[in-house]
Amino acid sequence: MSVDDTTVRRIARLARIGITDAEVAPLAAELSAILGWVEQLAEVDTRGVPPMAAVMPKRHEWRDDAVTDGNVREAVLANAPEALSGFFAVPKVIE
Amino acid sequence: MSLTDLTLSAMRTGLAAREFSACELTQAHLDAMAANRHLNAFTVETPELALAQAGAADVALASGSAGSLAGIPLGIKDLFCTKGVETTAASRILEGFVPQYESTVSGKLLAAGAVMLGKLNLDEFAMGSSNETSAAGRVISPWKAIGSDAELVPGGSSGGSASAVSARLAAGATGTDTGGSIRQPAAFVGITGIKPTYGRCSRWGVVAFASSLDQAGPMARTVEDCAHMLTAMCGHDPKDTTSLDLPVPDFAALLNADLRGKKIGIPKEYRLDGLDPTIAKLWDDGLAWLRAAGAEPVEVSLPHTKYALPAYYIIAPAEASSNLARYDGVRFGQRVMPEGGSLADMYEATRAAGFGKEVKRRIMIGTYVLSAGFYDAYFTQAQKVRTLIARDFEAAFEVCDLLLTPTAPSAAFAFGAKVDPLDMYLNDVFTVPSSLAGLPAMSVPVGLSADGLPLGLQIIGRPLDEQGVLGAGLALERAAGFTAKPEKRA
Amino acid sequence: MSWIVKGETGDWEIVVGLEVHAQVTAESKLFSGAATGFGAEPNTQVSLVDAAMPGMLPVLNAECVRQAVRTGLALGAEINRVSVFDRKNYFYADLPQGYQISQLYHPIVGEGALDITLSDGTTKSIGIERIHLEQDAGKSVHDLHPARSFVDLNRSGCALMEIVSRPDIRSPEEAGAYVAALRQLLRYVGSCDGNMDEGSMRADVNVSVRRAGAPFGTRTETKNVNSVRFIMAAVEVEAKRQVALIEGGGTVVQETRLFDPGTGTTRSMRSKEDAHDYRYFPDPDLLPVELTEDYIDACRATLPELPVAKRRRYVEALGLTDYLADVLTAEKANAAWFEALSASLATRSGKPEADMAKTAANWIASELFGALKRLGKDIDTAPVTPDAAAELLALVADGTISNTVAKTVFEAMLETGEGAAAIVDAKGLRQVSDTGAIDDAIAGVLDANADKVAQYRGGKEALFGFFVGQTMKAMGGKANPALINERLKALLAG
Repeated sequence: MSVDDTTVRRIARLARIGITDAEVAPLAAELSAILGWVEQLAEVDTRGVPPMAAVMPKRHEWRDDAVTDGNVREAVLANAPEALSGFFAVPKVIE
Repeated sequence: MSLTDLTLSAMRTGLAAREFSACELTQAHLDAMAANRHLNAFTVETPELALAQAGAADVALASGSAGSLAGIPLGIKDLFCTKGVETTAASRILEGFVPQYESTVSGKLLAAGAVMLGKLNLDEFAMGSSNETSAAGRVISPWKAIGSDAELVPGGSSGGSASAVSARLAAGATGTDTGGSIRQPAAFVGITGIKPTYGRCSRWGVVAFASSLDQAGPMARTVEDCAHMLTAMCGHDPKDTTSLDLPVPDFAALLNADLRGKKIGIPKEYRLDGLDPTIAKLWDDGLAWLRAAGAEPVEVSLPHTKYALPAYYIIAPAEASSNLARYDGVRFGQRVMPEGGSLADMYEATRAAGFGKEVKRRIMIGTYVLSAGFYDAYFTQAQKVRTLIARDFEAAFEVCDLLLTPTAPSAAFAFGAKVDPLDMYLNDVFTVPSSLAGLPAMSVPVGLSADGLPLGLQIIGRPLDEQGVLGAGLALERAAGFTAKPEKRA
Repeated sequence: MSWIVKGETGDWEIVVGLEVHAQVTAESKLFSGAATGFGAEPNTQVSLVDAAMPGMLPVLNAECVRQAVRTGLALGAEINRVSVFDRKNYFYADLPQGYQISQLYHPIVGEGALDITLSDGTTKSIGIERIHLEQDAGKSVHDLHPARSFVDLNRSGCALMEIVSRPDIRSPEEAGAYVAALRQLLRYVGSCDGNMDEGSMRADVNVSVRRAGAPFGTRTETKNVNSVRFIMAAVEVEAKRQVALIEGGGTVVQETRLFDPGTGTTRSMRSKEDAHDYRYFPDPDLLPVELTEDYIDACRATLPELPVAKRRRYVEALGLTDYLADVLTAEKANAAWFEALSASLATRSGKPEADMAKTAANWIASELFGALKRLGKDIDTAPVTPDAAAELLALVADGTISNTVAKTVFEAMLETGEGAAAIVDAKGLRQVSDTGAIDDAIAGVLDANADKVAQYRGGKEALFGFFVGQTMKAMGGKANPALINERLKALLAG
């Protein structure tokens, strides 16, 4: 798969990673090389093979419904780049 | 002989016999750390915390209430969140992040009385095989090739752990292994490291790279040292749904190098064309040593081996692209906010500045393979191939008990030697398949390359057979008699 | 009942599908132990898991699974024996993980149906496509700071059931009836409190228009509409907007829109436009949810009688009118109150429950609901219990008091909280059924009104009511009216 510049920009946008114009072409080349290499998987016959769902099969464990956590606002906000009035603050969003 | 030259097991004995105190032992390591900062093995040193913990260990040792690792000085890979101690995963994006919680595994080690010397450097978010991607700067191996002054990589991603344990800056260290990040660096610096079965160690509090592959494990200088640490690190954790609810054996107490009745499989697909002849020779030697310990060799086939790396380089980046979405500059870590910018601008600027090149590359690959129109062809196909790879191992384990392979296709290389990402990825060719299948696997140092650098062999076991893996590892260790030490210490 | 948009170029049919997000009734969140209550201080009901701190992992809340299964069973839906949690990846300030844990490929509940009744009495079955469990997002507050939006994660990680209908809805009325019926069912099952004011239930409204019989048109999705009335309005205005757009030569764009209750219009939500590639994949932190037959049977065993069945029983077995059956089944609490009252009344009066049901139903609909409305209370906070009401109605049934006196006693019960019998005794309201006393009173009335007695006997029978009134007055209102009638007739006959 050859990844073109438009695709690089689209993927970077989806991943919310800002890229400069100068970065686009080299990234396109690198991604193309890596994707070209992983595409050899297409030659494996996987008809009837289920995708791996759990690495080590085990019975699921569920929690009982009880309040055992929370009420730790200080810890939650301790590392925030910007916290105001008990909230996380971000650039204003216009919906 | 310096205290730091003792094995972890010998330190346990010495501490128990009160031959030296935990404080003395810790101080000796702190001194060694201070003298070896050029290795850049630690991202954060915590001497005060370490001495306080050592003091507590001395009290416990004196009162007979000591845990199994009381007073043992360890380094903690900076992927484990440590309460009150900065944790960055060697990424700029987590600069200044001080967790309000302790990861389950590091917490268990501390509960067993271990002393934390500091946080160990790694490839950024554990993505790398050479420790060249760390935002905290590259980690240098304490080893040098004969006749060369070139600085060498310690392997990755647990390069700080490898370098510190090899250079005797720590008795042991935690590592994490997603596609070989414990085993390959262990092999590169001549130490021992084991990745247990997926689910043995809780992932809670460990910065996630690829959730279905990440597993913590110990790195130390001997098999027995690893066994002591492993027992303390394993165990069911209700906070990690994928952790296994099984009893944890006392691996060290049950260590047994007698391999009579065991069959050792040699996977023929691992005999790569152009495999370094020294490695090929050591592999043969390893098999001979295991036979001498009573094992019977058998050739086995793992037919999908060649597809393991491409499957891994779809699955791991896909999971990583999602796991790393939380680094957005809102709740923790670095934020870059362009003047007058929108929320989306903040995300893009924060992540552009916060992530290094390799991390960005993997996030981009992962985003691509999950995106509309490509998901089935890439991700689903890779997960199906993963099933086939696991089945290959199941079939092999019907005719053998353990597998013996090289750990890495080469010895440690120089910085900048591998600039092509694909070239770098190939370094994990022997370690990735067992990661995909979730199997326990360990690397044991068995010899030196022609230019004097350590080489390791890998033992892979059935699910949950850490004990068998450790036993064969012990047999290799005893037969190989690996005693070489790195020369490049200050 | 077809609902048509009359365009300039002819008639348009509308096609509506609803995705209802119902917050699962649970103490703690879907994947963390933080509390779920409404209205707490910002970021106080947030665990480190909800804040997506590095290395945090989700652990599934068993109650949320159970409630989703019970809801599916109540909708007659297929329960999937294996379901899987997927990550839906997108960036937003109130989505801390950078992904929402949801179920795309293998939801916990498959196809089912919900019957709705329309105002003309017809019923219609609306198909349910699926129900999946997912995390709610946090809340962004935009008006507290000039340059910042504030993020509160209290709601982040609360469990939602997304209940997806088939595009079977054809009018605003059907949309409203569907949501009302669904809300009623969820409240019966107990899997969602249905508090639309608090956001416990909200709907994404998918609308398209087409010529009758034509293929589906392009749909728009109006997000997060939070009342039955607004949902009906959103359907209507969006259908009309689309028709006007198409007839004006435009085309409908598949997009996300927002309903503005203030203006009663919808508008495009451009902020969501460029995030359409969600890159779903199975969440590697969670194991597949595997359900056994025993588990599903156990869930089924805890289901209450559901509204449709209950309503039918009230009409067919208890002989209630459609109106009373509707009123009493509208809320599970009404029905429970009614059934408790009927049972207690039957016991106290020694009469069959079927006989007492109508009495109980009528009394609730007229007296109790009237009183609750006056007091501003609902049935859960009613100041009297069903048993206390049964005590009152039993006194009427055995003739101890009249219906008129019962109203007075009920008022006193509401005021004092005392029992009906005690009030009757204390106030001396016991109905007199002693013919001697009644005869004495009648004699006095007849003596005092000899002229009227003569007129009556002369044929002016309309005066009978006057004698009844005077007798009752003489007896302080406590006489048994039937006995007064009987004795008056006898004595006036002379």
